[in-house]
Parts: sequence; structure tokens; C-alpha cells
Amino acid sequence: MSPLLTVEDLSIAFGDGDAVVRDVGFAVNAGETLALVGESGSGKTVTCRAVLRILPRSARFLSGRITLNSSEGTKVLSELPERRMRKVRGNLVSMIFQEPMRSLSPLHRIGNQVAEVLWLHRGATEKRARREVLNTFERVGFPDPERTYRSYPFELSGGMRQRAMIAMAMVARPELLIADEPSTALDVTTQAQVLGLIKDLQRDTGMAMILVTHDLGVVANMAEQVVVMHRGRVMESGPAEAVLRAPAHPYTRQLFDAAPSIPAAPEPAPPLPEDDLILQLRNVAKTYELRSGSPWKPDVLIHACRGVDLALPRGKTLAIVGESGSGKTTVARIALGAEPPDPGGEVLFRPHPGSEPVAVHRLSRAARTAFQREAQMVFQDPYSSLSPRMRVLDAMTEPLEIHGIGSRAERRDRAAAALKQVGLNADMLMRYPHAFSGGQRQRLSIARAMMLEPSLIVCDEPTSALDVSVQEQILSLLEDIRDRMNLSYLFISHDLAVVARIADEVAVMRQGLVVEQATPDTLFYNPKHPYTKALIAAQPSPDIDRPIDLKLVARGAGLPDTWDEAFRFTDTVIPSLAEVEPGHKVRCHV
Amino acid sequence: MDILRYALYRFGTMLLTLLVVSVLVFVIINLPPGDYLSNQIAELRASGQSAGVAKAEFLRHEYALDRPLWQQYLIWMGFVPGPHGFSGLIQGNFGWSFEFDQPVAEIVGETLWLTVLVNLAAVLFVYLVALPLGVLAAARSKTWVDYTSAFVGYLGLATPNFLLALIMFYYGHKYFDIPIGGLMDPVYEGKPMTWDKVQSILIHLIVPTFVIGTSGASAMMQRLRANMLDELGKPYVETAIAKGMKPSRMLAKYPLRVAFNPFVADIGNLLPSMVSGSVLVSVVLGLQTIGPTLLTALKTQDQFLSAFVLMFVALLTLMGTMISDVLLVLLDPRIRYEGREA
Repeated sequence: MSPLLTVEDLSIAFGDGDAVVRDVGFAVNAGETLALVGESGSGKTVTCRAVLRILPRSARFLSGRITLNSSEGTKVLSELPERRMRKVRGNLVSMIFQEPMRSLSPLHRIGNQVAEVLWLHRGATEKRARREVLNTFERVGFPDPERTYRSYPFELSGGMRQRAMIAMAMVARPELLIADEPSTALDVTTQAQVLGLIKDLQRDTGMAMILVTHDLGVVANMAEQVVVMHRGRVMESGPAEAVLRAPAHPYTRQLFDAAPSIPAAPEPAPPLPEDDLILQLRNVAKTYELRSGSPWKPDVLIHACRGVDLALPRGKTLAIVGESGSGKTTVARIALGAEPPDPGGEVLFRPHPGSEPVAVHRLSRAARTAFQREAQMVFQDPYSSLSPRMRVLDAMTEPLEIHGIGSRAERRDRAAAALKQVGLNADMLMRYPHAFSGGQRQRLSIARAMMLEPSLIVCDEPTSALDVSVQEQILSLLEDIRDRMNLSYLFISHDLAVVARIADEVAVMRQGLVVEQATPDTLFYNPKHPYTKALIAAQPSPDIDRPIDLKLVARGAGLPDTWDEAFRFTDTVIPSLAEVEPGHKVRCHV
Repeated sequence: MDILRYALYRFGTMLLTLLVVSVLVFVIINLPPGDYLSNQIAELRASGQSAGVAKAEFLRHEYALDRPLWQQYLIWMGFVPGPHGFSGLIQGNFGWSFEFDQPVAEIVGETLWLTVLVNLAAVLFVYLVALPLGVLAAARSKTWVDYTSAFVGYLGLATPNFLLALIMFYYGHKYFDIPIGGLMDPVYEGKPMTWDKVQSILIHLIVPTFVIGTSGASAMMQRLRANMLDELGKPYVETAIAKGMKPSRMLAKYPLRVAFNPFVADIGNLLPSMVSGSVLVSVVLGLQTIGPTLLTALKTQDQFLSAFVLMFVALLTLMGTMISDVLLVLLDPRIRYEGREA
């Protein structure tokens, strides 16, 4: 039997540029999942869009033949006229995109957008389409399909929107589904559930899938076939089992080495020393008032974080891990004095061992300036955190100017030295940020944070916008600088695997509360809290023998009232953090 | 039901704003020293015509111009009784025009709704022209369609209205035999409404609509094009294409809906700028709109007339904003649900 989809010798270029995809070929069998793996710029997204011919107008087909061997006969997609191609899109071959937040029209009801596929391809009446859409909604796990049908996208969470996208892609029962990084923008537990759902649906309907991803962990959990791409070329391809167990190409091996994973911890580690703390948060809470906007409705109080007690020993890294909305960024902002905590909370900072602590939660103007010299931040998105209109030199010397340090020449020397420290060349000082790659920009951000020679750096998801191999380099750089300059990090992340490598202590946050806190080894060896267990279980591991345990994820990833009695908390009744073993705290009723 | 409540609420705030505007209008008109009558009295005294002086003094008393300003305001609005009992704006008495020696209501009577008509026609023209052209220019960006429409658009923006009016005046008459000047055939002026009169008005509307609407249409087209281009790059457009939609339907259903918001929000601004912007055009084309009347009234300090016209323009603006606000709430669920969430 011939494969469902065959891609041969595909080469694509943009405008007059060089080819971004070169001689790519692969075949997808009916019912099978093929993973297209690669980092940004590898051409994997262009390749999968070429199948549906939804590339930007400037794209040029240089060569190649794409054949779809469906139940409706054989079609050469690369030569099909546009009008007939429309009958293929959404009908025989459908697609899920990366950003569920932006891939649905904000102004149309979910039901309308999903049912549209049936109106287009089945000529279904509104009523019949509606019935079928409701069935699909139920299948993808919406608790109240009728309500979802009437909802607008902004009323749903990210995971639910991605479910709606999946419903849209599945409703016409296509024979091939193209999923372009379907879970990358989601929280890790949501990702696990969405991947599980896609796998289930695939088993039920027998459709084939092209899964585009950068994450070998996702590949190990989902794919039968793997195609590894790099700079527009196929590096290695074959059955997933063979490629994952024994990668043949050096580039694949490199990807493997860079992939962060949660180590199997042999034994719990001893707790951290607590004698020289650089930063201390005591009973920090932050409540936001959400104005109801109408005089006869009360304002809503939102507890961004509650009762947070954390201590960061000098020269160490304290990681705060949590999903979006867990309050981790609020804690970081409070630690930096960017926002005051609710009354009663204290943030104490000791710039030097044994010195009098600075009360960050009530700084005078002069004290704030002094504090800012000691505490700096590295931001998540290296693309938007550097001004595109400032030269690297200006961006880097600006902090020195603000604090009135050094002469022009001295500042310049210092900037050059800082660039060298982060592995860049001093001759890059006169360039603008757009001339740098994502990894290089993040190095620039780190160099900028280092300019004032701070003692504390808050890293807010510094690697989550980067490719895995670059992420690995940035983590190494951060570790290296920390040890060389005796820095302390407060490290914010949603990714336990990233944290596993750099942190000395991890605090797991959920709904504004620290639910478990320990050294990483202890945490991975003996997680106590159901939410921590879910986080660990949801982490896709590139090891094909360690599939995601969806049951464990489901047990811990839900709302607190679905947890075991001992761990439950509500708005009013909150158990305290109990020390179950030295240095290992869990929030539970004792 | 929510939308009805919102509309009522907006109507309430509109009335309040109108009240504030009335105070401002009245104060500003009375800021320059003197008024129409005291100017006239001074003039008459200088030329020794004491009979006229008596009449003017009588009028001053008749219209309460000899009282303090705040009392004048309250009487003008009709909140307190004047020399003839309650007789102000809210009772439907718009006052007396000293310049034309007629009640204000009679002077503005027909021009009032002709103004509304001309400007509504212009607004419609703006939307009907800008919408398809803007969408087309965006969908075919960087092709000859785009460049041509941009060129014509800039030409429209750069040509002064009155110049365009003069050009149309000449060529419209020469080649197309479109009647120029006035808003109806002179024989119908002051006559009751008949079918023939309506026809005459409609034909006379063509040129003013085009002249007043061109620059607005060009500006709106360019903005719509820019907005559409922004939206076309968004992922939801890609989703729609991947569904297998026809490009034309896809454009109309998704990006246009999103790109359209600013234009709905613009309705409120469009009306007043057209009323005040079309004064020159009205003068050139001899349109019986309210613009030229306002100009005369302001120049001669004819206070009741100018105050009424300004109030009328303010009312148009506020109604425009109210309509656009309510429409926005209807069009965009994100605005509609804002208060309800959380």
C-alpha cells in the first residue's frame, strides 16, 4: 500500500533568497504519526505549510512534489489548482497551530468558527452542523459543549482554546492532521493533557498526523516516525524507536544532550545552609482589586500570592516554579521592589554578609537607587527587552550613566569586558539588537544586567523563548557567571527540567501559594504534593521508555478541591507549610 | 437587555454632557465685550437716531439682556421664567435673531435638516468608497491596485475642498450637466415637500457629497488598509485559510470585522468635522446649510442664533459618539463582556 502523503525533493525559497528548505522528502502512512523535529529556522514550519500551500506570497516553490493518496483518490497537492486545493484544506488535511490565543478570531463565537468547516465542506445546514460540532466538543473534553458553542475565545483558558482548535481540525474527519507545535504555548500539565487527547483521537479515528515540534520529549511520547531537520535539510529520519534509542547523526545527538530532563534522583540532598541570607521574603502577600465597573457590584479581590516565605542564601539559586497565573512573577516583582507587598509582608536584602538588612518593601528614593545597583533583572523575551533603536553600547552603558559611574571611556571598556564575559565580541558594541540571534540577545540582556556588578539577579524565565540547544548554552553561562562572581539568583520558571539543573532550592507555586519546597534532588526523589507529582509526571522526557503518566497528571493538575483531603485549600482554609523532613516543606493538613 | 441598559446609560451621560456644553457655549459667546444690541445702540447714539435706540432698549429688556449673565443663561435654557414666562430651549423656543430680525427657528428651519442630509450623504459616501477600496488595497498590497488607489487617495487628501468644488463646478456643468449650486432648484425654495422637490434635492446632492466626502474617504481608506494589513498577518487568518475558505469570504468575515472597530468609533468625530469643514464648500457651492449662517452669526455677535447653531453641532457630535459607542458594544464581544467577567 502506498503511503497517505508523500513529499519528494521539496525546495522552497523566499523572494530572491537562498532556499530555506532543500530537497526534503518523507512519507506519512495512514494512521501513523510523523514528527518533524528541528529548532527555529530549520524549515520545519515552512515544510508543513507547504503541504497545505498556505505559505506567504513571497514563498517560491523551487522543486518538489507532494502527493496525497486519500480515499478520494490520488491528488498531487503541489500542482492542484487553488480552487480544488480549498476542498482539501480543512477537509482531507487540517491543521492545528501553535498559539491557541491568537489562532481563533476574537470576534466570533467558538461554535460558529468550528461549524464553519462543516458548512464549507459538507454543505451542512446550521442545525446538522451544530449537532456534529457538539459531539466533537464532547469528544475533545469540554464539560459543557452547549456553553462552549456559545462562548467567545477570550472566555476560555489556553488549554481549552487549544481543545477548540483541535475540535475545529477534527470535525470534518480529515485523513491527515498537521499539528504545528500544538502544545508549545501551553503550561506543562496542560500540554500533557492536550497531547494525550490528540493521541486518543488519533487512535479512535485512524487519521495520520504530522507533528511539528522542537521537543524530543514530545516526539518520544507521540511519534512512530521521526524526521530531524536542520537549516532546511533532513539530517536524519527513521522510526522513532530507532532514532531515539540510537541517534546516528551528530546533530540529533546534540539535540538530545541539550534537551533538559528531570533526572532520576538517587537520594534526597541535605538542606541548604541558612546562616548568610542575601534575600528574605517574610509573609509576603499581594492582593489586586479588580474593579467590577458598576457601582452596585462589589470589587473582586484577586490574591496573586499569599503567605510567601522564602530565603535565598548568598551565592545560591532559588527557583520558583509554577504555571501561568501561579503568582511567581508577582513574587519576583515584589522581591525587586517593583511593587510593594500587602501590609505585613517584609522583603529583606543584605548586600554584604553580616550587613544591616535593607527593607525592600519600604524603600526611600535614595535607598531605592542604591538597591537597584545591587539587584538586576534578566527578562523572558530577548526580542522585546532590548530597545531596537539603541546601539548595544548605549543599551549597556545606560545603567552606568543613570547611576553616574565612570567616564565615557571607562563605561565603554566596562561594556566591552561584559560582552566578553558572556561570550560575545567587543566589536559588536556598535551594532543594533536586530543584528543578533535570540540566544545572542539573551547574552546581551545578561551582560546588561551585569554592568552594575549586582549581587542579586532575578531571572524571569530567561530561557523559555529560546531553542533547546541555545537554552543549554544560556544556562551554562548563568551558572558560570554565578560561580565566578558569587552572584545569587532568584530564578522564575514554568519548567521543572530547566530548574533541575540550575537551582539549589525549588519552591513550587500554585494559585498564589507555595505548595512544596525542597532542594531539587529531594523534590524529584520524593515529591509529596500531588501538584508537584503532576508537574514531574507531565514533563515529556526524550526517553521512549518513560511515557507521560497521564493519570498522575490528571490527579494533581486540577483545581485544589480535586486533590486529596490532606492537601486541599480554599479561599479561607489554607493549611500551613509543614516540614516533612529537613529542608523539605509541603503544604498539607497534618 | 444589557445593551438596552447601556444605551439608556449612554443617553443619560449624553444629556449631562449637553448641559455642560450649553454652559460653555453661552459663556464663550458672551466673552467678547458687548452684544449685538448694545453695539447697535452705541452706533445709533453716535448717528443721533434716538427712535431706534428706544426700540433696541426695548428688545434688550424683552430678551433679558439687561440681566446678569447667569440669569440670561437660565432664561435662555428655559430653567427659570423670563419676561414672558418659561420660554427657552427646552420649551422649544430657540430665541430671536437680531441680525436677520426673525425668530431663530425660522432662519435655521430648512437649512437644519439640509445640513443633516448633506453630511449624512457625505458620511455614507465616505464609508461606501473607503470600505471596498481599503480592503482591496490591503488584500492586493504592493500590486498596481494598491499603488493606484494610494495615488488617487493622496490626491484626494491633498486637494483643498473648495478647489475641488470649483473644479466640479466647471466640469460637472460642462460635461455631465449636473446642476451646480444650491441644494435644490430655486423654484422649490420655501415650498412644501413634493416628490419633484425631493428629486431635485437628490440630484443637487451629488456634487456636494463628492466634494465634502473625498478627503475623508481617502483618509479612511488609507487607515483601513493599514489596519487590514496588520490583521492579515495574524494567525487566525491563517486558520481560516487552512479551513478551506474562499479568500473573499474569509476577508469579509474575519480580518475586516476586527479592522472595522476604529471606523465605527470614528462616526462621532466625522460629523462635526464635516459640519465645520464644509463651511467653505457651502459658500462656494451656495449650499443652504447651517455653516454660512453660523459664520455670519458669529461675526455679528448675534448671540441666540450662534448659540443655537453651536448647540446643534454639539448635539450632532454627541449623538454620533453615542451611536458609535453602542454599535461598538454590539460589534465587539470583548467590550460587551468586559464588566461581566472576573
